[in-house]
Amino acid sequence: MIDATIKMSSKNLNFYYGKFHALHDISFDIYQKQVTALIGPSGCGKSTFLRCLNRMNDLIPISRVDGNILLDNEDIYSPKIDVVLLRRRVGMVFQKPNPFPKSIFENVAYGMRVNGIKNKSVISSRVEHSLKQSALWDEVKDRLYESALGLSGGQQQRLCIARALAVDPEVLLMDEPASALDPIATQKIEELIAQLKESFTIIIVTHNMQQAARVSDVTAFFYMGKLIEINNTDMLFTRPALQQTEDYITGRFG
Amino acid sequence: MSSLNPNKEKTVQSFFFMIALASILILLMISIFLFMEGLPILNHVSIKDFLFGEYWYPTSDPPDFGIFPLIIGSLSTTFVSAVLSIPLGVMTAIYLAEIASARFREIVKPMVELLAALPSVVIGFFGMVVLAPILQNTFDLTTGLNLFNASLMLGFMSIPTICSISEDAIYSVPSNLKEASLALGATHLETIIRVVLPAAISGISTAVILGMSRAIGETMVILMVAGGAAMVPESIFDPVRPLPASIAAEMAEAPFRGEHYAALFATGIVLFLFTFSFNLIADYISNKYRQVGDSTL
Repeated sequence: MIDATIKMSSKNLNFYYGKFHALHDISFDIYQKQVTALIGPSGCGKSTFLRCLNRMNDLIPISRVDGNILLDNEDIYSPKIDVVLLRRRVGMVFQKPNPFPKSIFENVAYGMRVNGIKNKSVISSRVEHSLKQSALWDEVKDRLYESALGLSGGQQQRLCIARALAVDPEVLLMDEPASALDPIATQKIEELIAQLKESFTIIIVTHNMQQAARVSDVTAFFYMGKLIEINNTDMLFTRPALQQTEDYITGRFG
Repeated sequence: MSSLNPNKEKTVQSFFFMIALASILILLMISIFLFMEGLPILNHVSIKDFLFGEYWYPTSDPPDFGIFPLIIGSLSTTFVSAVLSIPLGVMTAIYLAEIASARFREIVKPMVELLAALPSVVIGFFGMVVLAPILQNTFDLTTGLNLFNASLMLGFMSIPTICSISEDAIYSVPSNLKEASLALGATHLETIIRVVLPAAISGISTAVILGMSRAIGETMVILMVAGGAAMVPESIFDPVRPLPASIAAEMAEAPFRGEHYAALFATGIVLFLFTFSFNLIADYISNKYRQVGDSTL
């Protein structure tokens, strides 16, 4: 499909919320430094799948996972894996911007502080670097010590991206990162994703099919907890192999 | 809905207005009465001698009306009880809100709140009959009824308030903040200390101040277990006589509208000012540092 290294792969992944079987036998590969988009109607399991990739679903007491997810050929659900270390390698940006009620600087520095980095010059240079990576630096450089809650929604979301980048993850999970933003802020986030894929492997969940078409290299279509089709984004949107996919991307259902 | 009678609407509104006004007026009148009965003491002693005088001998001739030892009695019992109840209350709240299973929380939280329903005379009785002899024997004291005993009992009385309100504050920290912290590779403990507690700090401060306000105004417990000696304590095992204990113990004997009577009402004013300012501070904090966290777009 694409000639690239496999970064993560899902092998026969099943996921249950209590008795509800939310994901059925999901198997596919995620390639390094590519953007993989997960699309599908609400409740199809795409966000659940995303949250399996950094074991965020561990927080739900009644949930259960079956199957494997490999990160660099290592099973992240193996008992040997330290979840805290895993989450440092697999960062996440949430649907709704969720900055901490702290200053802009402290938001970005947070991940480093909990990682035990104490050197002030390292922290401040990495805060600057991350804010530049997330294209926010010019807008906030004069007010780094003001509360992050004073930023606009779009700025808050880019701050959350900077915060995730500051711990230098290898994979970045984005759960509908632009769904709560206006079109201009959305455009900025999309431009940012295009730049970030130079350095990171990105997996993005989106409701917006145009967005998936614009930003991603590979698109996976989920429906009713199953992976229906996965292909290069160009192929999937122009020549979908299955009728179901075609119906969804042309807006006939969902 | 044009059938609504505007007059009926107005009647209902004014009815509620009257009820609200009545309760506020009554409280206001009690406060005015308190000041009217208490202020005449200033004809007998200066405000400085009243507040900072070291001797409280209201029935001697000539009487001494210095409430400094009583103020110290109140402040010291409140302070020591806060030292005991704040860590216990807040840590219990953290455990219930963040660590305990949902089931355990549902069982234990109402139990903690029920502790607030224990009548203070029961707590005082416990302090008097059970704790006092233990303290007396363990530390070889002349009396087990002292500052430490009173503080312990007051601490137990404020824990339910502190725990319950803090728990509400901690529990209502939005889960998206916790998720953000965990997703950055923070451990559960780091998340609690660095994100959850700072976000809940206004609620926790309010809880602490309301708990202390309860302790400083509490009468029955300290009347029973504080020992009742109107002197500035030198150790935490000395007996003390906090403000409310003095009022409760002496009011029945004070001649109506006499000096002693006015002095006790003035003591009530001082106590009122303490609890009033505690509540003002709590109100100020909960308004100023309104719980934040959920981002707004």
